[in-house]
Amino acid sequence: MKGTMLKLALVITMSAALAACSSNKAKTDSAQAGARTTDQGMAGAGANGAASQGLGDGSNLAGGALNDPNSPLAVRVIYFDYDSANIRADFNDTVAAHAAYLAQNASTIVTLEGHADERGSREYNLALGENRAMAVRKQLVLLGAAAGQIKIVSYGEERPAVDGHDEGAYERNRRVELVY
Amino acid sequence: MTLLSLSIARYARIAALACLLVAGISPAQAAEGELTIKIDQGTQSALPIAIVPFAGEAGPTDIAAVVRSDLARSGQFNPMPPEDMPSRPSAFGDINFKDWRVVGMENLVVGKVAASGDGGYVVEFRVVDVFKGTQLLGFRIPTEAANMRLTAHHIADLIYETLLHRKGAFATRIAYVTVDRRSAKDATYRLQVADADGYDPHTILESKQPLMSPSWAPDGGRLAYVSFEDRNSAIYVQDIRTGGRQKLVSGPGINSAPSFSPDGARLVVTLSRDGNPELYTYSFASRQLTRLTYHASIDTEGVYSPDGRWIYFTSDRGGGPQIYKMSSDGGDPQRVTFNMGNYNSRARISPDGKKIALVHGGKGYRIGILDLGSNSFDLLTNAALDESPSFAPNGDMIIYATMGGRGTELAATSTDGRLRQRLAVQRGEVREPAWGPFRNQ
Repeated sequence: MKGTMLKLALVITMSAALAACSSNKAKTDSAQAGARTTDQGMAGAGANGAASQGLGDGSNLAGGALNDPNSPLAVRVIYFDYDSANIRADFNDTVAAHAAYLAQNASTIVTLEGHADERGSREYNLALGENRAMAVRKQLVLLGAAAGQIKIVSYGEERPAVDGHDEGAYERNRRVELVY
Repeated sequence: MTLLSLSIARYARIAALACLLVAGISPAQAAEGELTIKIDQGTQSALPIAIVPFAGEAGPTDIAAVVRSDLARSGQFNPMPPEDMPSRPSAFGDINFKDWRVVGMENLVVGKVAASGDGGYVVEFRVVDVFKGTQLLGFRIPTEAANMRLTAHHIADLIYETLLHRKGAFATRIAYVTVDRRSAKDATYRLQVADADGYDPHTILESKQPLMSPSWAPDGGRLAYVSFEDRNSAIYVQDIRTGGRQKLVSGPGINSAPSFSPDGARLVVTLSRDGNPELYTYSFASRQLTRLTYHASIDTEGVYSPDGRWIYFTSDRGGGPQIYKMSSDGGDPQRVTFNMGNYNSRARISPDGKKIALVHGGKGYRIGILDLGSNSFDLLTNAALDESPSFAPNGDMIIYATMGGRGTELAATSTDGRLRQRLAVQRGEVREPAWGPFRNQ
């Protein structure tokens, strides 16, 4: 817990530029994914497939740390081993920093997007991606975040971060992305 | 030698259905992403047959060529190239049997196409046993320009059934998902329906968010699938003719893996709303969900057995993913895959209920087939990343996704593994093929 407290202190210290976050608040509501059936001829396929980003209500003091490239909060992707939903030791500090941030900013919501590499069946990988996101949520909650601050969505192998069909690509696709 | 007229009730029904289907889908999409077929691995023991080019070829389709290609793709026939044919008869009386016996041809198909005066066509064909010198089958089929490929597929079905005593599955359709990926965050997903030979693809849904897991209703009129358009997985069903769609199941967690019951009244689905992925059924009549599995592991990829009594599914309750089955009302699951390695997932049951095709992980990911009677297990494919097997409705072929030069593409294998072929689209990736039911049911 000592490490966590240190991280927390760091987060609070580095959160001077609080005003910045409100301008970064994305319009999650208007981000239409927009599937359409071709025969219905619905106009417009909508905006795009980018992950929605919301920075809470913009009133929290620590918001600026999210934008600080030197903060541990700048690490937004947690990688996993093959067919595993266990958080690796090298990501414990990252998870702890995000837990501390969420604990400090009770109105902040984070979405955990779970992903898998392309090997094996798609539906099983969808479940595996969710298991990974759940493992991160469990750890965040253990370290002080409220369950209600955390949303989970699994994309399975449907949205790879990296193209390619070798271990180099796979290890970067087995991941949970934290999207604020 | 008589000709049966196929303008009987059965064919009229097929033709009427075909007209409806064509009318319901925008023709503007027709040329998009057409599939081309390349046979990777042929077979020595296929039945020789000569499909002589039809006389008076009128209309837009080379019927004999379509029939030839259908029969070759099945792996069961070895059609003679037209340039090797000793002659080109079109009627029974024109056949010089001696010529065909000399070249070792056992079966001959001759035919002709004529304009019928009302803008339509009449296709006539006969299947002939060369050694006995007799006609095995003869039909006269009225058709029209827009349906000529379908007519050719029906002719291939009739030849297949006459000579092999099993139903053909050429006049069927496939559904699949294509992906045009411009970057990690910018892709277009399309749900398409095409003829079983890859021709005439139509996009029935397009989205910037992933589409997954198309599953045919037993009547062939609807597809269930998973769409992420609301930023999470949700299960939809869509009428193929009208394009009308309905969101059936959504909510927190995974909403996925829909698969129809044989009577079309239910879907088995995977939902994680209660904490982790479990199987449920969704009833179309009551719109109610019923939970079937209770285990703190992954349970997913449920499919009904053809008799509706069982649900086969993937579970990692024993460690890695394996296939289990349980009563379709729920109850204790029994493990199905034993001593077959650490990764067996996504079962699909053969139409006769006797075999399951699955994804087998080990040295790569391949399509395997397990005989439920004898418990013998065979690998049908040998590439590195094969997935999503789907049986043809006659059980003779399996279509699946494989890794090609530009991403995933479709491939098919005969269920006995004798023949494999690739179906490549012109651009983008193609995945998750689902072979539709017979169209005349």
